[in-house]
Amino acid sequence: MSNSVPESIDSTPPVAPLREGRGRVRLNVAFFTICLATAGMSVLILLLLLWSILSEGLPYMSRTLLTSGPEPVAEEAGIWPALAGTIWVCGLCGLLTLPAGIATAILLEEFRPRGRVGRFSHGLIQLNITNLAGVPSVVYGILGLTAFVGMFGLFHSSSFEIGVTYYDQFFSEGDQAILVPIPHRDAPLTDAADGMLAYDYEMNPIDVNVVDPGDPLPDDEALLDYTLHSDAEAGRIDHRSWYYLRLPFGRGVLAGALTLMLVILPIVIISSQEALRAVPSSLRDGARGLGATPWQVIWNVTLPASIPGIMTGAILAMSRAIGEAAPILIIAGIVYINRAPQHLMDDFTVMPMQIFNWTARPQEEFHGIAAAAIIVLLLILLSFNAVAVWIRQKLQKPLS
Amino acid sequence: MREFFIFAVLVLCALFSVLVTISILGVLVTETWRFFDSDEVTVRGFLFGTQWNPLIGREKHFGIWALISGTMLVTLIAMLIALPLGLITAVYLSEYAPRRVRNVLKPVLEILAGIPTVVYGFFALMTITPVLQWLHDGFNVYNALSAGIAVGILCLPTVCSLSEDALQAVPRALRDGAYGLGSTKFDVSVKVVLPAALSGIISAFLLAIARAIGETMIVALAAGSRARITADPRDDVQTMTAFMVQMATGDVSNFGVEYYSMYAVAFTLFVLTLGLTMIGSIVRRRFREKYE
Repeated sequence: MSNSVPESIDSTPPVAPLREGRGRVRLNVAFFTICLATAGMSVLILLLLLWSILSEGLPYMSRTLLTSGPEPVAEEAGIWPALAGTIWVCGLCGLLTLPAGIATAILLEEFRPRGRVGRFSHGLIQLNITNLAGVPSVVYGILGLTAFVGMFGLFHSSSFEIGVTYYDQFFSEGDQAILVPIPHRDAPLTDAADGMLAYDYEMNPIDVNVVDPGDPLPDDEALLDYTLHSDAEAGRIDHRSWYYLRLPFGRGVLAGALTLMLVILPIVIISSQEALRAVPSSLRDGARGLGATPWQVIWNVTLPASIPGIMTGAILAMSRAIGEAAPILIIAGIVYINRAPQHLMDDFTVMPMQIFNWTARPQEEFHGIAAAAIIVLLLILLSFNAVAVWIRQKLQKPLS
Repeated sequence: MREFFIFAVLVLCALFSVLVTISILGVLVTETWRFFDSDEVTVRGFLFGTQWNPLIGREKHFGIWALISGTMLVTLIAMLIALPLGLITAVYLSEYAPRRVRNVLKPVLEILAGIPTVVYGFFALMTITPVLQWLHDGFNVYNALSAGIAVGILCLPTVCSLSEDALQAVPRALRDGAYGLGSTKFDVSVKVVLPAALSGIISAFLLAIARAIGETMIVALAAGSRARITADPRDDVQTMTAFMVQMATGDVSNFGVEYYSMYAVAFTLFVLTLGLTMIGSIVRRRFREKYE
């Protein structure tokens, strides 16, 4: 017997609640769509970022940008000092960090202690490195400011220097520079005197012609160039050679490199540890079985096997160092640098700093060249990462 | 004999990292001590004051909450973006994505993670802020929302990769068991795998928060330099890190109270991020599920 309750014509089947039956299927599909959309959003964001930078920066890419220094007019400004500064600082930083970081990783991975004290200190160092990896880079900048630039205030300014000569500089009546060497930094200013040792700007020895203030000046042009009044006043200048060093380091390339070393050292250690861990222990055991000492095992077997991983980690750490602006900002401040660094204590700027400098200005053209500088920076980083990927693929030999 | 030498050299290198931590603590603590030692600062004023203007005129206030409020506002906005998006992307990558999509998506996330923070700052100032100003008139040129969005995009890859590692570590047996009981993929992903990987996910969240707190260049460019307590994302705020940049790049006389205030803020920042990192490690280790 059929049920004789008439169904109204436009009744629809009840909607399945989300907890059962077809509702669960719908929930599944809905969630999958959300996941897909979210993942797609990341790609979209990256594309938006790249598009905004390219559209702002490409009109300003030119040879002037790559070869000149910063200028007040945007069209003539360039990134060459920043590029040179980046090469100096990051190259030096890599030279300092890689040995120290790989050595620490070797100690932590290969020389695991068995005693209680040893295990405790091993755990402590490991924990320490993990914590250091999470410290913001500004704090490292502050540490670098105190420890490397100011050396904890232990030295008065420039108390120790090598590689520098001081001169007293006069300007002659013909408007030429005359340089007089002085015995040491704290000597009193020299007075103009006949027969004193003097050089011109190209370091050729010259004879100085000293006249008293009331006497007439010679007419000969060449002689006028080397004529000084006897009461002329000199200014003290210094010539720093390429090996100039001083303590405290001051706001120079060396201090910047050391500070960046603090930033990337934990990263190098952690990635080298993972590379060393990936080497199968059968290789090590085989070498030990053949009679090698522990260090011989590391130097001849483990390290060569883990070089691809270590190199990849090192390149990624260098990429991070190239992009870091905050510690350099704290150390160097905003200074006007218009030439490449000449020695280790020289002032410098790096690419991210220059980008920051230009972006913070109100004029639109500076934003444009900032975007162009970003394009250069991203190209550098892209090539670094491409090299890392290439190394990872090329040198990846099956290890066991 | 040579072995011992080499071992000693390695130990010295390892001790260098310990030396770094000790120096950070030493420098920050001593200079902060000098900060509190000076006449114009009291511990109560620092911890409970709400105004921060060390440079303006005769009235100098050193209440840290103004700066912390700025940091918290930017971090909150960043986490509202990074945590949900990162987690859902991680679930997608771990449970749903076919290999071809993975080969596209993972490099995209790596690129996003590798872009220098100045570039994000530039993006925030040049692109996000004009869009926000077009959407609504009340946005200042420097505002917390655009900086927060940029910081969120910066932290998204971190959340995603760490969460994905945690999700991948859940053994297949759990998933197969759930499928055997008749679950849909959604049930498996959200009701079985996610709770199993929860410790790793929470640790990822904490690390991302620590990263957002310590972010400098984005906020220095886009968030502004007015230290005050506000919850309005349209206002300009100053974070702790932006204040440190302002101090370091301005011409503040050395060894005045303002100079030491930079160290006090750095110390606060260090304590906050260190605390978050350590809690993250503890959570990950203590609450990790034993699957065997």
